Amino acid sequence: MAKPTTDKTTDKSKNAPAVTEPEYPLTTMAVVAPLVGWLIPGGGHILLKRYGRGILLLVSVVAMFLIGLGMQGRIYKPNGGDILDILGFVGDVGSGALYFLARIMDWGNVMAANAAADYGKTFLIVAGLLNFIAAADAHHIALGKKP
Amino acid sequence: MTINLSHFSAAVVFALFASVVFGITQRNSTIEQLRYGLYCFALFVGGVFLAGWVMALIRR
Repeated sequence: MAKPTTDKTTDKSKNAPAVTEPEYPLTTMAVVAPLVGWLIPGGGHILLKRYGRGILLLVSVVAMFLIGLGMQGRIYKPNGGDILDILGFVGDVGSGALYFLARIMDWGNVMAANAAADYGKTFLIVAGLLNFIAAADAHHIALGKKP
Repeated sequence: MTINLSHFSAAVVFALFASVVFGITQRNSTIEQLRYGLYCFALFVGGVFLAGWVMALIRR
């Protein structure tokens, strides 16, 4: 008695490469929100209607930046020299529009001569780094990964 | 405008703002954000006291 044979040509779907939809598809807002959040601290959250979080982030980052300037902290310029100077610039530029405003107004163009100025420089860098985290958070909210 | 902060007050201000951002960005619900922010603040300020005592003991 002949055994029933299975037609392999009709079962192509098993061998076809799996094409799956991304769990969190990239949307326009997922690109725009972090960019706005970088330029204006907390702006990404406000754009996504998380007003409370956005205002708290705005106040925190702006206050840290202004306190850093008030403590005579130094603003790093784009440079290709010492690695710490490059990283200092990366941190500073995280503050977005605040950094560009400071460069235009020539704020923070001082050399650290005392401990307070060194703390000020740290405040400026950390304000930028915290703003990067806030921008990444806005990206996750826009994707739907976070409520 | 010049701001004069002592080392301790600068560390507390730093801890406050960093904790707010950490709380908001690292947790989902409002109550979790508040608890995590307070936890970070306590660790920052506790670290300041700990480092202060370690330095004071080394100095002796």
